[in-house]
Amino acid sequence: MSTQEEEKLGKVYDATLVRRLMPFILAYKKQATLALLMILLASAFQIITPKLTQIGIDDYIQHNDLAGLRIIIAVFIGVLVLGFFTRLAEMYTMEWIGQHIMFDLRQKIFGHLQHLSLTFFNRNPVGRLMTRVTNDVEALNELFTSGMVAIFGDILTLIGILSIMFYMNWKLTLATMLVLPLLFIITIIFKIKVREAFRAIRTRIARINSYLQENISGMMVVQLFNRERKNFIEFDKLNRDHLDAYLKTIFYFAVFYPAVDIIGALSTGLIIWYGGIKILAGQLSFGELVAFIQYAIMFYRPISDLSEKFNILQSAMAASERIFSILDQKQEEGHAESEMETSPHLRGEIEFSDVWFAYKDDNWVLKDVSFVIEPGEKIAIVGATGAGKSTIINLLGRFYTIQRGKILLDGQNIDSYGLQHLRRNIGIVLQDVFMFAGTVADNIRLGNSQISDEKIRQAAKDVNALGFIEKLPCGFDERLIERGATLSVGQRQLLAFARALAFDPAILILDEATSNIDTETEILIQAALQRLTENRTSIIIAHRLSTIQHVDRIIAMHHGEVREIGTHEQLLAKNGLYSRLYRLQFSAEQSANTPIETPVI
Amino acid sequence: MLESSRKAQLYSIIPYLKKYKKSILLGFVFILLTNAIGIFEPYVLKQAIDALQGEITSKRLFLFGLAILGVVIAEGFFLYLTRQTLIVMSRFIEYDLRNDFLQHLQKMSQRFFHKFSTGDLMARATNDLNAVRSLVGPGIMYSSNTIILFIGATTMMLLLSPALTMYALIPFPIMVLVVYKLMGKVHDIFKEAQEQFSKITTHAQENISGIRVVKAYVQEEREKRYFDQLNQGYIEINLRLVKIRGILWASMSFFSGTGVLLILWIGGSKVAAGEITLGVLVAFFALLGRMTWPMIALGWVINLTQQGIASMGRINEIRYAQPDIATAAEADLNITSILGEIEFRNVSFQYQGQPVLQDINLKIPCGKTLAIVGPVGSGKSTLINLIPRLLDATGGSVLIDGRPIRDIPLDVLRRHIGYTPQETFLFSETIRSNIAFGMGDASANQYEEAAQISQIHDEIAALPQTYETLLGERGINLSGGQKQRIAISRAVIRKPSILLLDDALSSVDTYTEEEILSRLRQLMKDRTSVIVSHRISTIREADEIIVLHDGKIVERGDHQHLLKIDGIYADLFRKQQLELELETL
Repeated sequence: MSTQEEEKLGKVYDATLVRRLMPFILAYKKQATLALLMILLASAFQIITPKLTQIGIDDYIQHNDLAGLRIIIAVFIGVLVLGFFTRLAEMYTMEWIGQHIMFDLRQKIFGHLQHLSLTFFNRNPVGRLMTRVTNDVEALNELFTSGMVAIFGDILTLIGILSIMFYMNWKLTLATMLVLPLLFIITIIFKIKVREAFRAIRTRIARINSYLQENISGMMVVQLFNRERKNFIEFDKLNRDHLDAYLKTIFYFAVFYPAVDIIGALSTGLIIWYGGIKILAGQLSFGELVAFIQYAIMFYRPISDLSEKFNILQSAMAASERIFSILDQKQEEGHAESEMETSPHLRGEIEFSDVWFAYKDDNWVLKDVSFVIEPGEKIAIVGATGAGKSTIINLLGRFYTIQRGKILLDGQNIDSYGLQHLRRNIGIVLQDVFMFAGTVADNIRLGNSQISDEKIRQAAKDVNALGFIEKLPCGFDERLIERGATLSVGQRQLLAFARALAFDPAILILDEATSNIDTETEILIQAALQRLTENRTSIIIAHRLSTIQHVDRIIAMHHGEVREIGTHEQLLAKNGLYSRLYRLQFSAEQSANTPIETPVI
Repeated sequence: MLESSRKAQLYSIIPYLKKYKKSILLGFVFILLTNAIGIFEPYVLKQAIDALQGEITSKRLFLFGLAILGVVIAEGFFLYLTRQTLIVMSRFIEYDLRNDFLQHLQKMSQRFFHKFSTGDLMARATNDLNAVRSLVGPGIMYSSNTIILFIGATTMMLLLSPALTMYALIPFPIMVLVVYKLMGKVHDIFKEAQEQFSKITTHAQENISGIRVVKAYVQEEREKRYFDQLNQGYIEINLRLVKIRGILWASMSFFSGTGVLLILWIGGSKVAAGEITLGVLVAFFALLGRMTWPMIALGWVINLTQQGIASMGRINEIRYAQPDIATAAEADLNITSILGEIEFRNVSFQYQGQPVLQDINLKIPCGKTLAIVGPVGSGKSTLINLIPRLLDATGGSVLIDGRPIRDIPLDVLRRHIGYTPQETFLFSETIRSNIAFGMGDASANQYEEAAQISQIHDEIAALPQTYETLLGERGINLSGGQKQRIAISRAVIRKPSILLLDDALSSVDTYTEEEILSRLRQLMKDRTSVIVSHRISTIREADEIIVLHDGKIVERGDHQHLLKIDGIYADLFRKQQLELELETL
């Protein structure tokens, strides 16, 4: 799929795309001007050396003027040194610009992605989005460094060489140019052939590698079913195909390189013959003959590179098209309001009123859900997998928009709140606690500079996280890797509690971890939970007996509907859905803490 | 890397080269001829220029031009042959290496694949293989070419003017050294840049996959800032790289210019003094022009060689790994089939010092079914993996048909086992070849029958291309349950003496499961089955059920017996009854 996508090559030049890229380039106007100047100088210094040789031969060597030759040598040294520095400066400024544009673009795409809705992320696989941020941007870099600017530089060089040659002797110039069409044709044929061959190689190596990958991952099956021999034969065939494709390109290269040499020799031969005649006629000097031979060689490289450059342009255009299609995606509504906006603290009253919701089409995940949660109330939601528990969390944070009904917060529709304001007032602690790259303190503070070190410490202490944090080699300054793999599940949960407490949200939403946590940590967590839910509206997707025993009310859900609401005792007495769920999910803890997993939870 | 181990890695390539002795020899001859002919081009040039200073007809001038062309055509012919032998050879060696790589992997046990991840092995099979290829191809070709050219061109120079030769050669050693040093640096920084790039990639991936959490905590700005840091780091490394590369390229034209300068200066003075002719000067220019690129290439090739050797080391780590499970030396090659009686005597298994299985004693007579239940990590899969010798027990003994399992040749043992692993793995081939995977050739009757047993035939028949439908990326995606049923067909088509189902029906609905089980019971009437399952419904009919916990058998007996004990099994049974009730609510 992705290879096909990369293969799709379009235009070499697309005015609309270039126009959209312009602002990124114009941000570096000064540097770009400098780069152009350097290209100009570097080409000039390159072009001038054969001319110097010619003057040296004609004016001084032929006239035994050693003092004059020394002057030319001095100039030559100057040209070489200046040439060295201008070339260096040219490359550096050009790449500098390319790198900075790449930086800006990457930053822009990444920033843009942050504010796209979850619906967008559900539609686009992670891999595809990654490619935009990484490889596509990289391809655009080539556009600036080896594409547009380099072509410009090459054309300048060619014009420069031609002018000098014409100035020296226009007839000989024309004679030398006779071989150019030949070079052109051979190069074009070669490039076309090689491109085809390389395409074949690419698909074949991709086939080999995916076959190999599949065989490595499935080696157990291969061995169990005695397929080693047969799969090897199959692999050998793919390997052989790849080899054959390569043999073709080797052939093209083996023909192309000597062919270019021969064309070069043809032009040298022409210069010797025709130039020789001119010398005999007194119309050409020896120095000019030598300079011509050198210029002819200089002429080849840019010409044979030209088609390569077109490829770069082509893939860069395709990449920028893909990048802009991301940048054109509409961002979530309401994300843009200023961060400084501090609306009054919410009370935390929640009402779901006849809410219907589907992630896709009309596969209703929530059906006519209604309930009211009073400020400061503690609620547990229970239900089997697929009952719609997590969806309620998603809707409260406005990650998705509901199709029917209303969700009210403090009596106001949640759509009327700014996104950031809303989400800051809701503390969500998910099962898989996500640690951001940074220190322990960073992970509690989460970039909110208003939270002091003092407060972080207090929060950690209140949720019983201080004990293990202080045991870490660097305490609060211990660096965590992403996803926090260095900490245990229980520790991560405690850290997430500290985070929530430090932020002091009006509403706490907690998806309890299902994994087994040792009894000691379990006790710490339960105590922390008590502390955390004090005076705060709390919704807990409960997986633990100790949790449901401490909440005010329980909402039992089934297949997207609210079936029962009430206290633990009330619902048990009903002997309906909840009592069954209770026996299934929570009774085991009561008896013997049996280790058998129940796949339903 | 130590010098001695470098040498060892380099020597390990020799067996591969030996196979192409002829090509290498021929390649050297071609390189020799290419250069021997090529250095005459400057000579012809010299003769032409010198002749121009005297009396010369335009016809003779034409002949000089033609001679130059002729020399280069002859040279080009041998250059063509050189590439066609040496580069072609390197691709053949790549092909050999790649084949050997897979063949070796096929002999390795699960233990090995736990140690080396798929990604790691793939990196060795791609990047490292390429580096070795570059070493044996361009590496050998360019280095020998440069050496031979250098000798040839120097000889020609010495013949023309010994005094000027010394000056003309001055820039070369410096050039090779500078290119070598800078290229090495480029390589190091490039690696650093790649590492930083992979950090960016990882962060972007973490961010995108965790976008929901990022949003929930309103961490967008913080994420942007962190990404900004990584991005900034990347740009800094890249700019360092650019600087070195810039110096590299700028110094290349600088050095070739220096050569021209020296010849113009010293040579020019000598021409003026009448010590050499103008033709000699021009010939020196031309010889210098020929030597510049190969000299640059030499610096590049030295780096190529070093990377190639390091990569060969990484490939050798795989090539030299000993297969730890193979047909044992004591195996009785007369055994060509097995009946299927399985016995475990005091079997234990340790992994990295941790006991996974302890004191397992079992006897499953032919035609009987053993079922295993137990929590994750209790050792169920390990136990089942001992039967086809995916693992070897570290204590006690496993017997098949009353003989120690190591007496049976490995391929015979596996040929008579039908195994459906916990994680269904199907290949991106047709459904037919997936089902017939373990059969040499299977007739339509055979695979259709197998598909019928596992209740997947009707669904396959409903597909437009039926059994020829491709699976995977290039084909269709099946549901988990469909995949499992194909995996079961793959096991039963062998009509195995022993059938192993490791949680193989978990994604199949209970009704279909019931059908499959009843068909399997018929098929396995005289054969032995071992079934791991979480679902009581799958195993309640088994002749013996064992409950594993922490690697030990804690309960055993048939369904009725286990219910009577009222332990873990009975508890599990009651829970599943409740779940069924919930379903119907």
